[in-house]
Amino acid sequence: MLTKRIIPCLDMKEGKVVKGIQFETFRDAGDPVELAARYNQEGADELVFLDITATVENRNILLDVVEKTAKKVTIPFSVGGGIRSVEDMRIVLRAGADKVSVNTGSVKNPSIISQCANEFGCQCVVLSLDARRVAPKKWHVFINGGRTDSGISAIDWAKKAVSLGAGEILLTSIDSDGTQNGFDVELTKLVSKRVTVPVIASGGAGSLEDFAKVLTDGCADAALAASLFHFNQLTIREVKQYLYEKNILVREV
Amino acid sequence: MIAVVDYGVGNLASVTNTLGRIGMQSVITSDYKQIQKAEALILPGVGAACEGMKNLSNHNLSGILIDQIRRGKPFLGICLGMQLLFEKNEEGNVQCLGVLKGSVVRYQKERKVPQIGWNRVAIQNSKIKMQNYNSKFKIDQLFNGIPDNSYFYFVNSYYCDPSEKNIIAGTTEYGEEFASVIVYKNIVATQFHPEKSSIVGLQLLRNWSNYYVD
Repeated sequence: MLTKRIIPCLDMKEGKVVKGIQFETFRDAGDPVELAARYNQEGADELVFLDITATVENRNILLDVVEKTAKKVTIPFSVGGGIRSVEDMRIVLRAGADKVSVNTGSVKNPSIISQCANEFGCQCVVLSLDARRVAPKKWHVFINGGRTDSGISAIDWAKKAVSLGAGEILLTSIDSDGTQNGFDVELTKLVSKRVTVPVIASGGAGSLEDFAKVLTDGCADAALAASLFHFNQLTIREVKQYLYEKNILVREV
Repeated sequence: MIAVVDYGVGNLASVTNTLGRIGMQSVITSDYKQIQKAEALILPGVGAACEGMKNLSNHNLSGILIDQIRRGKPFLGICLGMQLLFEKNEEGNVQCLGVLKGSVVRYQKERKVPQIGWNRVAIQNSKIKMQNYNSKFKIDQLFNGIPDNSYFYFVNSYYCDPSEKNIIAGTTEYGEEFASVIVYKNIVATQFHPEKSSIVGLQLLRNWSNYYVD
C-alpha cells in the first residue's frame, strides 16, 4: 500500500525562499539549500521547489540553486517555474530534479505536456494548477503566478492535462494560499475524483486537522505546505505522527 | 569507478549525487571505452520505454550493455533501467534488451497510475537463497541493515513480470503484487529509486557497491 505524502514546498524569489499570501506580499523564509537539507532530515516524503517569478520575469529557472539543492536531498525533488519546452525540462532534470512541473507554459501551449511525457515519461511531468474560485462550485485556472484568469475551468484543464500525459497534479488553491485556514477540500476532492493520477493538495495548511481532512475527505494523495514548516509552527514529524494516530498510512520517520 | 550510463533520459544527477554522498566515485557517460573499463554499471531511469530504447540505440549502447552484462559485469538497473532488461514492454510495444525473460506490463487494478510515492518492499529471502543459486549476490547482503517491509520511493506506471519467478528478491503491493527487486547472477534491479529512498535507499546502494567495488 502506498502511503500519503507530506511535502514541504520552497517558493523561490530572487534566490531566496519566500512565503506569500494569496500569491502576493512575500516575506523572506530563508535559504533554500539549508531548508532542503533540514526537510530531508526531518522525514519529508518529497520536496517541491517552485521558482515563482520565472514566468513573469520571462527568464529561465535558477539552475545553480536547483543543482545545490539537489545535492542535499535523498528524497524526490520536483522543480517548476518558467518551463516552456522539452529542452527547458531536460536542463532541469539534468540539474538534479526528478520531476518537473509545468504551469503557465502548458496553458499557453498544451502540447508541451505531451511532448515532455513522450520524452521523459508521464511520471516525470507534473501539472501545477493554480485555481481560484470564481463562483460557487466553479474554479478557474489562473496563470502568470496567479495574476491572470485564463478563463478555463480548473476541472476541465486537470482532465485535459492528464489525457495529454501529465502524471501528477499539484493543485494550489489561490484563495487558501497563505491563509492557514485549511486546504480547499471541496476543490481537491472534485479534481482527485475526476482524474486517474495522484493529486497533491496545496494552499491553506494551518493545523494538523487540515492535513487529515484533505487526505481523507479531500481524497488527496499528498499534502503540501510551506510557511507552516518554514517557520516551525509544525514539524513534519508532528504531522506524520498525528496522521499515523488517525490511521492514515504514512511512512514512519 | 561506477559508470552511470547516459542515454539521454532520466535523473542522472540524482544517481551520482547520491553515490557521492556514500563516497562512491561515479561518472555519467555514454562512452564505449568508459563503460568497458568501469568496475560496475548503473542503468538509471525515469522515462518512457520507447524513448529509452530509441536513445540506447541512438547512442549505440544496446550492444555493449548486453555484452557487458553477459560477461558478468556488476549491473544495477533502476526503474526504467530495470524494465529495459526484459524482452518486451507494453508501453509502446517496444522490444527491449532481452537479457531477462519476461515482459513489462501496466498496473491494472489501482485507479491512480502512475504509482507515485513510498511503498513497502517485502524481502523474498529464503526463496532466492534456495533457487537462485547462480547469483553472485546473496540477498541478505543486498538487504543488510534494511528491515523487511521498509518503505522505498516508487514512480512507475509499468512493472516487470519475470518469467522466472525465482529471480524475484523483493515484492510490493499496488493493487496487485509485483516484483520490485530482482537478483540474477551479476544483475540487481529495483523498480523503486534507491537514490531517492532516503536512509534505506542509501543503505541498499552501499550494500550493492560494497560487494562489487573496491
